[in-house]
Amino acid sequence: MPITRREFVRGGVAAFTVSFAAPAFLSDLARAQGSNRRNLVVLYLSGGNDALSTVVPYTDAQYYARRPTIAIPAAQVLQIGADRSGIPLGFHPRLTGLRSIFNSGRLALIQRTGYQNSSRSHFEGTDIWSTGDPRSPQGTGWLGRYLDTLPSPGPLTAWSTNREIPRTLLSRTVGVPSIPSAQGYAFASPNAGIGSEVQFARASATRISSHLPVDKPHLAFVNANARAAFSTLDVVAQVGTYASSVTYPNNGFAQALRTIAGAMVRGVGTKVFWVQTGGYDTHAAQNPNQANGSYTGLMTTLNDGLFAFYNDLLNQGLLGDTLVLQFSEFGRRIAENGSQGTDHGAASVMMLMGGSVRGGIYGTAPNLRSAPDNPTLENSGNDVRYETDFRSVYARVIDGWLGADSAAILGADFRAGAPAFL
Amino acid sequence: MQSRPDPRQRDDRPRRGEQAIEHLLRRAGFGANPQEIDDYSDLGFTGAIRRLVDFEAVPDDVDSLIGRPGYVLITARGGFAPRTNITDARQRWLFRMIHTRRPLQEKMTLFWHNHFATAYSKINGAFGGEEATRYMAAKADEDPAKVTGQIELLRQHALGNFRDLLIAIAKDVAMLEWLDGRANIKGRPQENFARELMELFTMGVGTFAEADVYAGARVFTGWNLTRPGNAYYTFNYAAAQHDTTAKEFTFPIYPNGGKVIPARSADGGMQDGIDLINAVARHPETGPRLARKLYAFFVSELGAPDEGLVAELSNLYYQGDFEMKPVVERLLRSRQFNDPSNRYARYSSPAEFVARSIKEVGWAGFSVNDALTPMVNMGQQLYEPPDVNGWEWGRGWISSGTMLTRMNFASQLATNQKFNLRDIARGARQSPDALLTLMLDRLTAPAFARDSQEALLDYARAGGAWTGSDTQLATKAAGLAHLIVGSGDYQLV
Repeated sequence: MPITRREFVRGGVAAFTVSFAAPAFLSDLARAQGSNRRNLVVLYLSGGNDALSTVVPYTDAQYYARRPTIAIPAAQVLQIGADRSGIPLGFHPRLTGLRSIFNSGRLALIQRTGYQNSSRSHFEGTDIWSTGDPRSPQGTGWLGRYLDTLPSPGPLTAWSTNREIPRTLLSRTVGVPSIPSAQGYAFASPNAGIGSEVQFARASATRISSHLPVDKPHLAFVNANARAAFSTLDVVAQVGTYASSVTYPNNGFAQALRTIAGAMVRGVGTKVFWVQTGGYDTHAAQNPNQANGSYTGLMTTLNDGLFAFYNDLLNQGLLGDTLVLQFSEFGRRIAENGSQGTDHGAASVMMLMGGSVRGGIYGTAPNLRSAPDNPTLENSGNDVRYETDFRSVYARVIDGWLGADSAAILGADFRAGAPAFL
Repeated sequence: MQSRPDPRQRDDRPRRGEQAIEHLLRRAGFGANPQEIDDYSDLGFTGAIRRLVDFEAVPDDVDSLIGRPGYVLITARGGFAPRTNITDARQRWLFRMIHTRRPLQEKMTLFWHNHFATAYSKINGAFGGEEATRYMAAKADEDPAKVTGQIELLRQHALGNFRDLLIAIAKDVAMLEWLDGRANIKGRPQENFARELMELFTMGVGTFAEADVYAGARVFTGWNLTRPGNAYYTFNYAAAQHDTTAKEFTFPIYPNGGKVIPARSADGGMQDGIDLINAVARHPETGPRLARKLYAFFVSELGAPDEGLVAELSNLYYQGDFEMKPVVERLLRSRQFNDPSNRYARYSSPAEFVARSIKEVGWAGFSVNDALTPMVNMGQQLYEPPDVNGWEWGRGWISSGTMLTRMNFASQLATNQKFNLRDIARGARQSPDALLTLMLDRLTAPAFARDSQEALLDYARAGGAWTGSDTQLATKAAGLAHLIVGSGDYQLV
């Protein structure tokens, strides 16, 4: 059904749940609206996610032949239908919450995302996904360059819940705070309770941190981070008092998502959040079927954290303002190795979640038949070949969600072939 | 040390070369307490380097000091067990950083821990906490089965031969679990160790092809574990699990340029791994890569290292058949190391920051156990690097969250040391200026900018008339220690 410009505007302003085909004018409109309340949550699965255990091609006989001990039995997968090439797919059995989000049309899967000549190095691969530049993956990140386009960024325009600032958020002009937990984000003093000592100390420390010498960029960098801490302390303290509408699991990932929800509810103005969860480098004892297998643990953490976050946002009426973008630095080898694990591979799966997401399965599953001429595989049939360039997904997010110019930020036009998840 | 009248003139030191010695001890060690600065100053700069580098001449007695009066405390929970309890192993290592008489050995151990970045948590997942701690931290002379944990291995090879260290690491129990070599068998090669051996431990990314990873994995087939008497794991070459066919590489394996490791009998197949380790140690990118990494670790993270020095260091590495001591000694003696513009030009890692602040603020009555959680929040838990690439050094340590954690650790330490600081401060009770001068001197901070100095002085003066009472001294000495140690300036070493 074709939609009118008016309908789109209405949908964009309200917390809409209806899916729209992405019209050509979308980026203009997003820009015009200012997208003030919209935020993007980038979710990084660190270590190289084994996409074939996340989204299982459970009717592909080669999947079972090449993974004799770690394939997930067809009877156990959570069926989610078939992709456009007709290949039936199922979620890992532990992804019950994600399937429920999928069934409500707010989760998009993009199969076989990656790039030409995929790096098998964690660090180079992560840099490539962070910068969006496979040829020279150094310097600022793709979202750092987005931050550079904002007219008046504040100290909380971006927020990393990781202790390190990821390269994705590395910007030329915008400082990004790292705040893993709002509760621990407070200023202490050895003289608490003695007169006005705490205020004196904070005033002195704030003044020292305001020294940003041009001839000592390393000192300026440290001080700028200290200053960012002081300028965000009081607002973050407000986030620390957030009472969520659901109970989040008690692990770092879920608690980081809870902190993000709190920041959204308190309206601190953050446009880009970063959250990550690790352990995906599953070279051994991956056992995706076993309750105690490492991959089952990973899926439990992912599913339970994200599902709590989703429900919290739903209850708070913030789902329509939120887009979660998930990636990992590479997928894994198709065949299992000698230790019930998988080595570094190529293309993986990306997921997007949110009230504005047009849910469904994008892209096509690989045919896992090992043959050098199989076009869905590479590396002599050992790894999954990419079908969708990850930068086209970024482009759609930049144009359609952040309301910026993807060609300028990514250095080239990747709009063609972008899956229409927004 | 005497206080001087104007805190802004701190560069004017009474002892010749003292600032160079402080710099040396911050970089080649974990900072120094006032007594150590005096002792090393007596040796002169060159003598101090020799003392640090030739650490075998100094007794390795630091562990015997644990629990003795006069040293930082550890917290024992029903017995201190650094061999079998990872928390206690972390306490022991931090204790060593603070009180060792062989600071460079401890510093190089941290360098190698970052280089071979093995995380306890995965070993724990495979073997349980008690055994995992043994494989990470046990000393042979305290272990009933003479197990040598990985960190002890790194200490033994701290300034030893890099090729020998690679061979030892390839057989290390924790490494064989960490990079899954224990599961690397014929027909089912496991690529993890071979890839990181080339990418992270030696030559670096971009110097090899995927085919080299596959060939390398086959080289190490059979480098597995065995469990004698069902008591502990140890390295075992399982000949029957070794892939005996030839392995071809894209780079030279042998000095004659040969790129093929020949087919060998299963019994002799372990030589494949030795051949490959020799080749990657000898590879022309390995020496420069180690030199650059050492330069960033000891000299400067700002900008690219001087390529002339990199070439000199890597030549020493190759000429000395991979001996590290001449390389590190040359680096410490380099013009670049001693260039005043390179002082306070490295971002301290949490281990450096915590150990140095304890050495400088004071330790009597403080337990290293209370530094462990702050270190996690600063981003560096010992025995737990985030991944096989180690920690993200340099700017990676610094963010608003970690700065707040560092400031709050400074507050915690100053709170704990309040009365010790008061006692030290009694010599400066005449004025806030004298107190600030004394604190700046003790904490070996760089010369603060004028306005930052004034901010400290304003703090010292704030809150009523100066009386110099013990109460006021305790408050302001602790307050200044908090502000100085928590300042941006102090994070740089």
